[in-house]
Amino acid sequence: MTKPPEVVVIDYGVGNLLSVRRALEHCGASVQVTSDPKLILAAPKVVLPGVGAFSKGMDELSRRGLDTVVREIATKGVPLLGICLGMQMLFDESDEFGMIAGLGMIPGRVISVPTTSSDGHSQKIPHIGWNSLVLPQGRTSWQQSLLHDIKHGAAVYFVHSFMASPSDPEDRIADCLYGAVPVSAAIGRNNVFGCQFHPEKSGEVGLKVLKNFLSQ
Amino acid sequence: MEVAPRCFKPLNDSELFVRNIRLIGRLDIKAPNLIKGIHLEGLRVIGSPNEHALCYYQQGADELIYMDCVASLYGRNHLGDIISAAAKDIFIPMTVGGGIRSVDDATQILRAGADKVAVNTAAVANPNLITEIARQFGSQCMVLSIEAKQVGPERWEVYTDNGRERTSLDVIEWVKRGVAMGAGEVLLTSVDREGTRKGFDIALVRAVTQEVTVPVIASGGMGKQEDMVDVVLQGEADAVAMADILHYRRATIGDIRYVVQAAGIEVRSYDQTP
Repeated sequence: MTKPPEVVVIDYGVGNLLSVRRALEHCGASVQVTSDPKLILAAPKVVLPGVGAFSKGMDELSRRGLDTVVREIATKGVPLLGICLGMQMLFDESDEFGMIAGLGMIPGRVISVPTTSSDGHSQKIPHIGWNSLVLPQGRTSWQQSLLHDIKHGAAVYFVHSFMASPSDPEDRIADCLYGAVPVSAAIGRNNVFGCQFHPEKSGEVGLKVLKNFLSQ
Repeated sequence: MEVAPRCFKPLNDSELFVRNIRLIGRLDIKAPNLIKGIHLEGLRVIGSPNEHALCYYQQGADELIYMDCVASLYGRNHLGDIISAAAKDIFIPMTVGGGIRSVDDATQILRAGADKVAVNTAAVANPNLITEIARQFGSQCMVLSIEAKQVGPERWEVYTDNGRERTSLDVIEWVKRGVAMGAGEVLLTSVDREGTRKGFDIALVRAVTQEVTVPVIASGGMGKQEDMVDVVLQGEADAVAMADILHYRRATIGDIRYVVQAAGIEVRSYDQTP
């Protein structure tokens, strides 16, 4: 019998972690939710969840000394998955209420989801609901990526007002289209991954994404 | 009646891409049972809430709504344990309503695994609660639940306490106020149609969707798949909550999705396999 993978979910006081924990457990993982730097540094895999404002998220991380911890595990090569705000914080900076520095592990910025679509019509913010994953320009397949074996067009659940804009197009795994504007939905750079959508609320597709992460 | 459905005639690209109409399973609960009434009354026991919830999740429901039917009567919501158990197997957004009276009540139920709270009675008593919940958790989390009874031609009155108490509030005035105060979504239940299988109160739904920009969930009266098509095309509902049709296995979410899709309505692309 193979031992289930160990994964640590970082608890930094932002958002509800129960669903993320339950989803990972459903995928067969033994899960620990903690803010203890020692446990995080020893973890074979780490999930950085989060909802809410970028500045609050960064403040709460650094207040607990976890910003350096997250950078350290990522540098060591430990698989790291950021979810929603957790993905956005992986980037260099965000322009949410003034420029705020992020963790700087993926080159790029976090910007507002455009309030006008490509043809100039206004659209609702936040972007909420089920939306389809599509291949970003230049990518031909999701095989061997975080979205391994997921079908093109599969729908996942989003709730967000800001979006990541990776500077290296290679880091874009999947987009979704909001008002024909491509929104970065999943990213990956070496051992660091992120999804803007909530895999823990995206049914079987979301669980498959988590399984893929756990088998990294 | 001139009909200009949003899903057929996209006014902009965003409508094309995310105007996915949602299919929502609604579970009315008198703990520990899933129940079903007619006009929200004469509650009959159906079975275990989470067995049904899991079944609707597996059939491809986009979301679930849990309503504690007797919470307002007893002053608290008893769904914490049911939601917390559901969160082990169900991985789609869950809205919980019934007896949410404060930000603390909302916090508790969100901690148990809910994603949104639906508030009716307490919001009528204290509309500031809408703003407080929206400020604390975001307006996407604050669903204004409205129980509406027709009182005249094109006139509906707001009821509370699961359809038991009248308020003298006009539904249209109240929904506009609730959205202005921070409600991010509206769950609109027709007490007249609820449990009757006679189809949705399309005039009610349309009257509301024409007044607010936030998503409106139509609830009450779904007798057959085509009723959903009508309330989306004519009423411009953004989502449909269904109970009786699912509980009595008159159709599955999959059957309904198929009929709705065949009518040209955009729904989430759903596949059993990822």
